[in-house]
Amino acid sequence: MNLILKNYRREAVLFVFLLAALLVVGIISPSFISLKTLDAIWHDSVLLLILALVQMPIIISRGIDLSVAANLALTGMLVALLSKSNPSLPVLVLLLAGIGIGAILGAINALLITVLELPPIVATLGTMSVYRGMTYVVSGGQWVNSQDFPAALLEFPNARLLGLTSLEWLSLLALFLAWLMWHQSRFGREIRALGNNPSAARYVGVLEQPRLALLYTIAGAVSGFVSVLWVARYAIASTELAIGFELQVVAACVLGGVSIAGGVGTVYGTALGSLFLVLLYNALPVIKISPFWQTAIVGVAILVAVIVNQSAGKRIGKKILREVSP
Amino acid sequence: MSESKVAPRAPFKPSSLLLRWELILVPLLALVMFVNGTRSEFFWDPFNLGDATFNFSEKGIMAIAMALLILTREIDLSVSSIIALASLVMGLAAQNGAETPVLVLLALLTGTLAGFFNGFLVIRFAVPSIAITLGTMSLYRGISQAILGDQALTKYPESLANLGQGYLLEPIPYSFVTFLGLALLVGLVLHRTRWGRQLYAIGTNPEAAKFSGILVDRYRLILFTLSGTFAGLAAAFLTSRISSTRPNIAQGWELDVITMVVLGGIGIAGGTGSMLGVVLAVLLLGMISFGLALMNVPGIVAGIFIGGLLIGAIALPPLFKKILRIGKR
Repeated sequence: MNLILKNYRREAVLFVFLLAALLVVGIISPSFISLKTLDAIWHDSVLLLILALVQMPIIISRGIDLSVAANLALTGMLVALLSKSNPSLPVLVLLLAGIGIGAILGAINALLITVLELPPIVATLGTMSVYRGMTYVVSGGQWVNSQDFPAALLEFPNARLLGLTSLEWLSLLALFLAWLMWHQSRFGREIRALGNNPSAARYVGVLEQPRLALLYTIAGAVSGFVSVLWVARYAIASTELAIGFELQVVAACVLGGVSIAGGVGTVYGTALGSLFLVLLYNALPVIKISPFWQTAIVGVAILVAVIVNQSAGKRIGKKILREVSP
Repeated sequence: MSESKVAPRAPFKPSSLLLRWELILVPLLALVMFVNGTRSEFFWDPFNLGDATFNFSEKGIMAIAMALLILTREIDLSVSSIIALASLVMGLAAQNGAETPVLVLLALLTGTLAGFFNGFLVIRFAVPSIAITLGTMSLYRGISQAILGDQALTKYPESLANLGQGYLLEPIPYSFVTFLGLALLVGLVLHRTRWGRQLYAIGTNPEAAKFSGILVDRYRLILFTLSGTFAGLAAAFLTSRISSTRPNIAQGWELDVITMVVLGGIGIAGGTGSMLGVVLAVLLLGMISFGLALMNVPGIVAGIFIGGLLIGAIALPPLFKKILRIGKR
């Protein structure tokens, strides 16, 4: 128990915060604490959660992927157009198409970052513009609306099995896979090593470029997968799809204790960060705070999380010289 | 406090001139101007060129301060949100009958305070600035959204319009002159004074700079404050130009500004680049956007060119150098 508290201090603090927030909202509006609301919040948080679970290792490796939302828009649009022209395609094929297209877009990021050695923030800032622009080009600025989608696709995210929606099942699967990949596998440890100390990791034989290339390609594939869920859930594909969402994904990671300086972050924290963000969005109208305050409150939450995590980190390991932030 | 703390300037070599970043931007700019000229017979009209500068001068002003931040390994994602905040303060003051000089002062003051707050948080808690300014980006924009809701403030005194829409000397707008003047001033400080050399030292190796007696945190605080002030100035020009304040004003501009700086040759790893490069990149991006608008290309499609240019401009020169080196072997 002590060991758990020591290693997962941030996560424990965040969990307490999350419960406290839920409690406060519950006191103000008791009807909020119901299985129905919790189910809705969970359902609502899944897309953000899955994206955050791949942004997390990228931030851990000292990188960032700003192109997630643009990848989401382009892949979502391509899949929507594919589905519109071939209404008979089953959902599984659309999901696979999304993964494939997303992986290609992710591989382009990977190529720029590893072969051409662009800093991740520059490379993904560039591809963010390009992918978003391509969304307009492939669609001609037109929307794909709900009547253009096959019913099976639109029903898929909300379909229930044993009481849980398919999105909720997918979030459990995503959490398990992320735990396996980032906490249990050699790949995950190598990514963490690269983030903790890139030159030390290289000296012990971590193949930096191939690992990072794989990481960004996986991130692209996951974005592509999520794009199909997004299009199905909101029943629309437009040029503006998910615009600005990359910052919410990064915010969920930061709230979950992933350090922008690299090397630090867990699946549990990221999951709690995503839940916290979505709880906030859902709770504001309930406690009679104008939804227009949403952005400001998220800003304060990010600042508090970043500052608290920073001070918590200081206590764990004392450095001989004070580090100058990179 | 002697000059010897910072390495002396390297001796001038003509060959190094050929590899200078600015020399890639100049022919690119010439090419874009030439292509634009062939697309419209009115392009070279001085009034047309003068009016073209309205669209990028505000971003250019912000790029000057952002260049100094990126040069010292920092970043300010909150600049466009500072515009929203400063424009909000201007709008509220104008509703209460404030005159133009007061409005401009308030915009500058709001920007300066917001920038100082960024800098304070960064140095007080020693947190990477990308995380802090991600938070304040939400916070500043959020305050503007919370107060404005879905409303817009449009009641501005008539004399304000002249600032963002007027010309110092036809056809040269005030905003463009301000951009060039500030770039020259900051460029001189950066390239001709000890302060400027110390900024390069911080960007090259913050730790070494600190141990050689440079007050790194003080510079950081000043630069974040400056970034806020310049964003406040940009807010004054922009609010005057469009005569309205909406919560989504200048949304997404931070990425345009960062693109300008990086395309201008300021290395994201810190310690490299020049103000001349940034000015050229501002002109280049401004002219590309203007040219594409002349050809009725929607802004979102223009993003393909700008994103591609950003990637190409940064990826290709080192690639060429690599190929040349392999060829020599």
